[in-house]
Amino acid sequence: MMNATVLSDMAVKLASGAIRVVDLTHTLDPDFPVIVLPPEFGQCGRFRMEEISAYDERGPAWKWHNFTCCEHTGTHFDAPNHWISGKDLPHSSVDEIDPAAFVGPVVVIDCVEETRADEDFILTVDHVIAWEALHGAIPADSWVLLRTDWSKRRGAAYLNMRDDGAHSPGPGVEAVQLLVNERNIRGFGTETIGTDAGQASDFIPPYPAHYFLHGAGKYGLQCLNNLDQLPATGAILMAAPLKIRNGTGSPLRVLALVEENG
Amino acid sequence: MARRAYDGVVLTAPVTVPYQRYSNETAHWWIARALREALSLAQMKPQQLDGLSVASFSMVPDTAVGLVQHLGLSPRWLDQIVTGGASGITAFRRAARAVQAGDADVVACVAGDTNRIDSFRKMLSGFSRFAMDATYPYGAGGPNACFALLTDHYMKTYGATREDFGRLCVAQRDNALRNSDAIMKKPLTLEAYLAARMVSDPIALYDCVMPVAGAEIYLVMREDDASARGLKSARMASTIERHNAHSDDAIQMRGGWSVDMDEFYAMADCGPHDMDLVQTYDDYPVISFMQLEDLGYCDKGGAADFLRDRDLRIEGDFPHNTSGGQLSVGQAGAAGGFLGLTEAVRQVTGQAGSTQVPGAKRALVSGFGMINYDRGVCSAAGVLEALT
Amino acid sequence: MRALPPPPKKNTQRRTKVPTLPPLMRSRAALGLTAAASRSELRLQQCDDCGSVLYPPRDACSSCLSVDLSWQAVSALGTLLAQTNVHISTNTYFRERAPLRVATVRMDAGPSIICHVHADCEAGARVQMINRLDKAGQGVLMALPQKVTPNMDDDPQLRELTAHPKHRRILISDGRAGVVPFLVEALQEAGAGMIFVGLPEDWRPEPNGQALRDRQGVTLLPMDVTDTSSIRRMAGEIGGKVDILINTARFVRPGGILDRRDTVFSSDEMEVNAMGMMRLAQSFGPAMMMRGADGDGSAVAFVNLLSIHAIANDPAFGSFNASQAAALSISQSLRAEMRSGGIRVMNVYAGPTDDEWHQPLPSPKVAPQALARSIVQGLVDGSEDVFCGDFAKDIFERWCRDAKVLEIELGQGTG
Repeated sequence: MMNATVLSDMAVKLASGAIRVVDLTHTLDPDFPVIVLPPEFGQCGRFRMEEISAYDERGPAWKWHNFTCCEHTGTHFDAPNHWISGKDLPHSSVDEIDPAAFVGPVVVIDCVEETRADEDFILTVDHVIAWEALHGAIPADSWVLLRTDWSKRRGAAYLNMRDDGAHSPGPGVEAVQLLVNERNIRGFGTETIGTDAGQASDFIPPYPAHYFLHGAGKYGLQCLNNLDQLPATGAILMAAPLKIRNGTGSPLRVLALVEENG
Repeated sequence: MARRAYDGVVLTAPVTVPYQRYSNETAHWWIARALREALSLAQMKPQQLDGLSVASFSMVPDTAVGLVQHLGLSPRWLDQIVTGGASGITAFRRAARAVQAGDADVVACVAGDTNRIDSFRKMLSGFSRFAMDATYPYGAGGPNACFALLTDHYMKTYGATREDFGRLCVAQRDNALRNSDAIMKKPLTLEAYLAARMVSDPIALYDCVMPVAGAEIYLVMREDDASARGLKSARMASTIERHNAHSDDAIQMRGGWSVDMDEFYAMADCGPHDMDLVQTYDDYPVISFMQLEDLGYCDKGGAADFLRDRDLRIEGDFPHNTSGGQLSVGQAGAAGGFLGLTEAVRQVTGQAGSTQVPGAKRALVSGFGMINYDRGVCSAAGVLEALT
Repeated sequence: MRALPPPPKKNTQRRTKVPTLPPLMRSRAALGLTAAASRSELRLQQCDDCGSVLYPPRDACSSCLSVDLSWQAVSALGTLLAQTNVHISTNTYFRERAPLRVATVRMDAGPSIICHVHADCEAGARVQMINRLDKAGQGVLMALPQKVTPNMDDDPQLRELTAHPKHRRILISDGRAGVVPFLVEALQEAGAGMIFVGLPEDWRPEPNGQALRDRQGVTLLPMDVTDTSSIRRMAGEIGGKVDILINTARFVRPGGILDRRDTVFSSDEMEVNAMGMMRLAQSFGPAMMMRGADGDGSAVAFVNLLSIHAIANDPAFGSFNASQAAALSISQSLRAEMRSGGIRVMNVYAGPTDDEWHQPLPSPKVAPQALARSIVQGLVDGSEDVFCGDFAKDIFERWCRDAKVLEIELGQGTG
């Protein structure tokens, strides 16, 4: 009989359902929204797929597709080199990141009620402190996910674009600085199109999540799904981007391992 | 310069290979049959024939050259006639001069075409460049629509009626009933003519010829050669041909005959009313009307009145298209341009049998050919006489 | 002429009539008539030496034997000399449409022309000749009454030669294009049936959206010309109901090739402007071609909106114009491929359009209203090439005169 190890114990629990695998990924679909910049800028490529063959005259026994998209299409990973603040850091591209960073602990800050009340909800230092009062300090090198249930929105309500830009929740400048500098988190993830709030272009500095996270070699996750199935603490997140040379991000399959109570 | 007469040259051995509505045979087959029969009458072997004139639309891809090798002939004089409905007379004009000059002793002038189920459609689509560019794309390909337009304009301009055209068609049918080789074998009444379905108004079914397969031939040789062979023959007193006459006319109401008529009769030393019979080219009655006008029987537009008082049947006072014409015998492609001439040779040589006009000695034969675009381009005529 | 009633609902028990074509073959000389017909211009050959106007098309003057002939605009007026109704034809296309009215018209310019003739033309009347493309894509002449008659466009023969929107169902590929509200209005004024409008990315706001959604006779559909699956889905839903497809999708950014260090915009330009057309054609084309002879509401036209710089690149929009050249080339292939189904591929060429991407450019610029009018006029005429505005006409004329000189001028910024 083998000695019980963490992994063999985990295998048993995965098989029994004591550890549940939660898919935090949206389906890659041509209709899934992407970030929209002012039109004079280059745009994030939409997910597109062309059939190469489908058991037909183009290939009698097989079906396959070519697909195209941006590194930042769908549920995706932001590497530090995505932002100017992180461009000169070592190991800042997806192919150079230590794979250990792709598996790790995750905490979830639930701001569903606040977002329901204000679609421009901004996560503040106070919110973080209040969460820690309930759940304990955010452990270093853990993923922090902002749960807003924004992923349940469909169509135009998701991007929530108006003439003055998108309106969606995100972290404030001080909150990001707290998470990055004080808590030394691994990365920050959201259910919205970006790690920053829809109106974050007006913040100082603009896009603080991108700016501070990547400036400090931290990572981002966007367009997450099913955060309502995660506990506030105790889950393990697996988010491994495609190994793209000098890549700044990647669509990916984000999974969480959640231990069932009892 | 006055033209030289066709002295000493005759037309002989006229043969009509009986027409068929459709044929799976080729033009070569039909022409061979005609040649064999005519040469047999002249007691000649094919290899002895030293002149050949061919008219055919359906020899493709062959020409007269391919035909001679195909048929094993070795003529020293060869011609291909492309004037369609005028080919009978125009073939003679060339052959006669060759025989007169000694370039050939005997020229067989033959015309033959086959008619497969779809060959008429195919022939129309490739008939001419102008047809391809300017009539076929309008559904006006082939002669029906073109002649409908001419007839419409003729009727409006000169007051001719369908009854006027009908009388000509009915008389020709009467003649055809005496010709056992005619495709049309049932009597035609004026009522039936008028009640027929429209093909392209005012042209109705009985104004149109039936495309058929068939061949026609006659031999041209010196008069003494013909008599030595015991052949009955006829002489040509005069001919004319003219192409693309009156090209400035907005729509065709006259043909090339009107240009050359005076010279035509001067050479023949007779006038239009001296004929015992008249063979017009009749692929629509309006064209026969035009020929009668342009060949001096009446003023322009007067054909209806002229014919109203006359009996066009074999025993009538104006025997016309005695075998029944193309309208009742059928149109065997280029052989349609020979039909009136071979019948006229038979008539003036007393060999017409059941369609014989009693005592016929002189015949006017007229040809009209090639609807290249909006009108017939070629016209020809000849006066054929019995040898005295 | 009696107004054409809307076509009855399709009888699904009966086989859709397979499109047949009028004769396609022409001499090389006659293609000059077709070239003029592609622009709905009446041109006849004229002798450069003696001035004779010639018809049918020739290789040499029938007055003076000069071989210097050119296609010139001539008086369209003439007199109807004779007419007939052809009841019997050896050609299947004509047989199906018999009786055909055919006339001989003496043109004031000289020649007599055997031509199609409008039902309202009377014997002996003065008529006006038009030159149009037939279902085979070849130029044919048709005599119209000199003065407009009621419901004149409804003449069945004329309708065969045009792509008139009346009673036809139309798909506009991209409702985000500025021209669309005006186009919908112009099409409805011309009697169009149902208008389907594709709306890409309904997760983004669309200023045209609500007005289109509220408009009677308009149905908005989620479709994006860069998304094959969305086009397939829509073709599956409405492919059998599209009589006219108007591709309004366009992606344009200023700049030449070296103004950028990447091909991102160029790629979008190609994807939308060139590949988008290809995707629409691949998904909707075959069904349209099957319905090319489907009665009064048959499928008739596939319409592209192109920059006139598709024919000669203006480097100020060099990358975009490359995509336009690609689109033009695709349309030329489509034109040949769709011919057998009787579908006309119409290109509407415009100069700089009055929009955000051409905002700093000086006038003249093409207003969306003008573009909409040109599209509908092109359909009414059945043109293959429509030049909207003086700018596009000018470039085309210069291109005809000397394509190289035009290229040089455009390259010098003096175009």
